[in-house]
Amino acid sequence: MQDCLNIGGRQIRSRLIIGSGKYPSNAILGKAIEESRAEVVTVALRRVNLDTKEDNILNFISKDKILMPNTSGAKTADEAVRIARLCKAAGYGNWIKIEVVNDAKYLLPDNEETIKAAEVLAKEGFYVFPYMYPDIISARKLKAAGACSIMPLGAPIGTNKGLLTKEFVRMIINETDLPVIVDAGLGRPSDAAICMEMGCAAVMVNTAIASSPDPVEMAKAFALAVEAGRKAYLADFGGISDQAKASSPLTGFLN
Amino acid sequence: MSYYEKLLKYKNADFAFCGKISEQIIKNILDKEILSQKDFLLLLSPKARPYLELIAKKAQKITRQFFGKNILLYAPIYVANFCMNGCAYCSFSSNNKIKREILSLEQVESEAKALSALGIRHMVLVCGESSNTSIEYLANCVKILSKYFYSISLEVYPLDTGVYKKLFALGADGVTIYQEVYDEEIYGQVHLRGPKTNYLLRLDAPERACKAGARNINIGPLLGLNDPVKEIFSAAMHIKYLEGKYPDIDFSLSFPRIKSNAGNFTPKYPLDDKTFVHIMLACRIFLPRAGITLSTRESAYMRDNILPLCITKMSAQASTKVGGYSISKEDTGQFENEDRRSVEEIKNQIYGLGYQPVFKDWLHL
Repeated sequence: MQDCLNIGGRQIRSRLIIGSGKYPSNAILGKAIEESRAEVVTVALRRVNLDTKEDNILNFISKDKILMPNTSGAKTADEAVRIARLCKAAGYGNWIKIEVVNDAKYLLPDNEETIKAAEVLAKEGFYVFPYMYPDIISARKLKAAGACSIMPLGAPIGTNKGLLTKEFVRMIINETDLPVIVDAGLGRPSDAAICMEMGCAAVMVNTAIASSPDPVEMAKAFALAVEAGRKAYLADFGGISDQAKASSPLTGFLN
Repeated sequence: MSYYEKLLKYKNADFAFCGKISEQIIKNILDKEILSQKDFLLLLSPKARPYLELIAKKAQKITRQFFGKNILLYAPIYVANFCMNGCAYCSFSSNNKIKREILSLEQVESEAKALSALGIRHMVLVCGESSNTSIEYLANCVKILSKYFYSISLEVYPLDTGVYKKLFALGADGVTIYQEVYDEEIYGQVHLRGPKTNYLLRLDAPERACKAGARNINIGPLLGLNDPVKEIFSAAMHIKYLEGKYPDIDFSLSFPRIKSNAGNFTPKYPLDDKTFVHIMLACRIFLPRAGITLSTRESAYMRDNILPLCITKMSAQASTKVGGYSISKEDTGQFENEDRRSVEEIKNQIYGLGYQPVFKDWLHL
């Protein structure tokens, strides 16, 4: 049986979601998406430029991908809601990744504003994917607000520092029944593998791929790591022991 | 509390004393994620010049990490060159005998159409300070420009919080204002007449814009009027101060060097290319999240070479003339543009360098 993720009214096979910022060109972004085998791509509406074919990011994302527009640039719930509505009006579907960031230095999400926006947008029929600081109280509130997933950060956006929030992400995985997608901060494929081994439903990666000198190869590496981590999670792990288990135990003569 | 109170503490600082500098000391600083003021001064010091390559590598790494390989392109529209100020270095200074012009609102629209036809979607509205360019006139300009541009930054005379609020509500979203020179004494020497003689009114303008809800603020000193290390230190600390108080706003720093102008002003501290690049790189490392803006004042050669090191935002095909895109044929801009390439040429060059030109990075809500 194929291992698929049922989310936002869709069934997806790849558990790697790709961000589309920071690439040296839209052409390289297009190749990275293809090589990553990702089925979902996030796009910042603020960057969608319909002026020319070359500058329009949407021309480089194949039509079979699911677009997950994000509210990048929103500093309040109200701005996030307005950006989401513009996305829907532009025909970019009913998935929305809520990003409310009013901290320009560390780019940390404002959970309180995110919850407010999630409540409004879920009522309007959006599938809400909220980017959040990994706090279990907020995760519960997001679920109550109607979010279809929880997207805790692994580390501040763009830092490539890896899963610094591991214990808090683990709590969210354990305590909510929504799919958990770690978003932001993952710097290496091994970080993505760890997330998947822990039971994350998917991971979202942008900077680690876009800022690599070879984004296309890095996209492939992340795809492999996500797949490996997921397979390991499904296979389940053998126990870990503090003590060595000798193959010739001292009391073996009794058997 | 104003930045002025902080600035006073640096007034008598001995910038020449930066302590000992060695390759290891520079490497230790570059290994840090957060630099202290002392680290920043050591990086800025002329004694750090032998380690410029190391500094450049770190600056490039930080820029790519936080901003990716993306360069936002913008251009100014000069709507008027009437000015009641007497700034020793400026072509628009009231005692310079140049043709004074102000665009009618129809002409503003014609300029907006011409500039947006080039693909530019982020613009800066520029004018001198005079009764001709009243708040009402600026408000009408913003209303027109917001039909053509996604981002409008105001590079006008210092306004009060209420007026900034009004202009933001009409579609402007940012403010560009250069203190010109942070040294108060030199400020008094080069600003001879008019409202611009009020040092504090100008110094606090970025903060008033923050209070009014600006999305982005661009500041900087006019390089050439004072010791560049002192000026850049003061400007960078100005950003630090504002970042601390207004964490939701994007800040960026410009490094305008004095070029030729109608008044034939000779800068007392002309800035050589090495120092120019050195101070930009030090700022990038000290302020890793701040944007760094580079205008067409600089040559194509300089811009193409420094772009991959620390730049996040560049002007393109900029005209510093009133009506320069669709009306004026006169060659009387505020300053000479050294990089006269077209938007298309700059765009292709950016792609050639392995970077992506960005024309749109915001939207009307």
